[in-house]
Amino acid sequence: MEILQYEFMQRALLASLMVGLAAPAVGIFLVQRRLSLLGDGLGHVALVGVGVGVLTSSAPVGAALVAAIAGAVLIELVRARGRTSGDVALAVLFYGGIAGGVVLLSLAPPGQATNLDAYLFGAITTTSAGDLVAFGVITVVILSVVWLLGQRLYAVSDDEEYARAVGLPVLALNVVLAALVASTVVLSMRVVGLLLISALMILPSAVAQLLAGSFRQALLLACGIGLVVSVAGTTASYYTGTPSGGTIVLLAIALFLLVTLAVAVWEATGRRRHRRRVGLHAAHPHEHGEGCGHRPVPHDDHVDYDHDGHLHAPHRTGTGVHYDEHGEHPVPTRVEGKAGRS
Amino acid sequence: MTGRTLAGQHPAEPGRDLAIGLRGASIGYGDVPVVQGVDLTVHHGEAIAVLGSNGSGKTTLARGLLGLASVLGGEVTVLGAPVGRLRERGRVGYVPQRHTVSGAVPATVREVVGVGRLARRGLLGRPTAADRAAVADAIDAVGLGDRACDPVASLSGGQQRRVLVARALAAEPELLIMDEPTAGVDAASQQTLARVLAEVSARGTTLLVVTHEAGPLAGVLTRAVVVDHGRIRYDGALAGAGPLAGDAGHHHPGDAEEHQGTAYRQHQPWTSSRPVRARDGEQ
Repeated sequence: MEILQYEFMQRALLASLMVGLAAPAVGIFLVQRRLSLLGDGLGHVALVGVGVGVLTSSAPVGAALVAAIAGAVLIELVRARGRTSGDVALAVLFYGGIAGGVVLLSLAPPGQATNLDAYLFGAITTTSAGDLVAFGVITVVILSVVWLLGQRLYAVSDDEEYARAVGLPVLALNVVLAALVASTVVLSMRVVGLLLISALMILPSAVAQLLAGSFRQALLLACGIGLVVSVAGTTASYYTGTPSGGTIVLLAIALFLLVTLAVAVWEATGRRRHRRRVGLHAAHPHEHGEGCGHRPVPHDDHVDYDHDGHLHAPHRTGTGVHYDEHGEHPVPTRVEGKAGRS
Repeated sequence: MTGRTLAGQHPAEPGRDLAIGLRGASIGYGDVPVVQGVDLTVHHGEAIAVLGSNGSGKTTLARGLLGLASVLGGEVTVLGAPVGRLRERGRVGYVPQRHTVSGAVPATVREVVGVGRLARRGLLGRPTAADRAAVADAIDAVGLGDRACDPVASLSGGQQRRVLVARALAAEPELLIMDEPTAGVDAASQQTLARVLAEVSARGTTLLVVTHEAGPLAGVLTRAVVVDHGRIRYDGALAGAGPLAGDAGHHHPGDAEEHQGTAYRQHQPWTSSRPVRARDGEQ
C-alpha cells in the first residue's frame, strides 16, 4: 500500500485509529444523557488552552487538556449548584472559549505556528511522534476509565435522580464523565478539529443505537463504527486531497443516513410483508382444523397445515386467528421495540 | 448534600431503632416547605401506604426520606440514621414515579436491573456471582425471567414498571420506597406487583408506598397515612383511610406535584438536578 510508505501517514492512521476507538466510547454516554453538544462546548474551551500553549511556547496539547478539563469540571459544578441554567452555562463556554482562543492566538509573536485552521478543522498529517505518545496515553486512560466505571456512568446518564437516591456519587461521576469528554476533545483536536469534535463522539453512537439490542452492544458497536469511519476517512482524505476531519465526518453522516434509511425500510417492509400475507389469508375460507382438507403437520407446541405445498402456522391475536407462513413470527418483538422508540 | 438535619443536637438519636422516624419534620425544595411539622414512626417490617391527592405533599414526604428533597426543619431518620448522614443508601430501595424507562441508547432488562445492584458494590467493585444472582432473582421475582435479554423499550408500560421494581429489589433493600407503582399499570402487572410486595414484606422488608389509591395493594399494605396540605390527617389501619383518601382529591387538583412529575418525565439531565427553581415560581 502506497499510503503506508509515508511516515506522516502512518502516524496519521495511528492517530485516527485511537480517536476512532476512544471518542464513541465516551460519546455514547453523552447520547444517553441527551447532551450531544457538550463536546462542542468543551472543544471551544480547549481553544483557549491552545492559545495559552502557543503564547507560552509550551505544548498546546497539554495546555488544551488542562483548559478543557478545567472547563468541564467548572460546568459540572455550576450545574450541581443550580444557580445558572445549564443552557446558559454551555453558551458562555461556547462563546468565551472560541473568543478567548482567537484573541490569544492573535497575540502570539510572529514566527510562531499560529495556524488557527489546523486546530479548528484538524491537521492530522502534522501529528508528531511526541503527539502520538500523548494520544496513546490519553486513549488508554479513557478506555480504562470507561471499562472500570462504565456501568456507573451508564446509571448516572440514564437516571440521575435514581442514582442520587441510592447513593451513587453522582457529582463525582458527572465530573469524571466531563473530564473524559475533555480528554477526548483534545485527543480528537488534531484529527477532526475542534469544530467537528462532537461528530466523532456522537455519530457512531447514533448509528449504534439504531442497531443494538443492549447498551453493551451499542458501546462496542459504536467503537467499531468509529474506528472504521475514522481510519477509512483518513485514508480517503489522502487520496482525494481533502481535509481528514471533514472527510471522516461526512463518511460518518453518510453511514448514519444509510442505516436510518435501511432500518426504516426494513421495518416498513417487515410490516407490509406480514400484512400482505395476513391479507392473503385473512380471507381464509375456513379455520384450519380437523377434516378441513389440509394435511395437519404437528410442530412443537402447535399444528401447522399443509396449504398447497407451504405450511400455515396459526397466529392467534386479540381479534382472532390468521395464518402465517411458517417461520415468520419470531421476529416482531424486536421490530416493534425499535419503532416505538423512534 | 440536601439533608440539613438537626440530629447533631440530639445525641440520643431517638430514631435509632426505627425504619423511619419523623419528628416535627418540614420537607421541601429550596426554602419552600411542602410538608410541615410531620410526626411519623414506622417500625421495621411494616407495610405502609402514604395516601393523598395530587399536591398533598405525599411524594415530597417520600423524597425527603430519599435525600431528594431538603429537610428544612425537625428530624428525619431513615434506618436509624439522620437522612443526610445515612452512609449506605443502597439499603433503601426506590421505585420512582415514572411510567417508562427512558434513555436514548437501548438497554436490556438485565442491564437496567443491574444498575440497582451498583449501590451495593462500592465505588470500583466488579460484579460478583452474588451480584449476578441477586439481579437474576429480582428479574425472576417480577416475572420477567424470559425477557431478561430483551431491550426494555420492547416491553409494555406495565412490564417496564416491573423492571423498575426489579431494579430496586436487586439491591435487597431493607426499606423499599415506591412512588405510585400501580398508576397507569395493567391489571396483570398490578397483580404481579402485589404478589412481589407480599413476598418482599414477608422477608421483613419495610414498605412505604406513595399512592392515591391503595386498592390494588390492599392485601399487602396494612397501615395508612393520609397526607393533606402537607400535614398528616390520618394514621392508622388502611381499612379506615378510604374515605379520607378519596375525599381529598377534589379540593386542589393539578398543583405543584403534578408539575414536578412532568418535569422529571421530560428527562433533561442538564437541568433535571434542579427542578427546584421551576417549582419555586409556581408555589
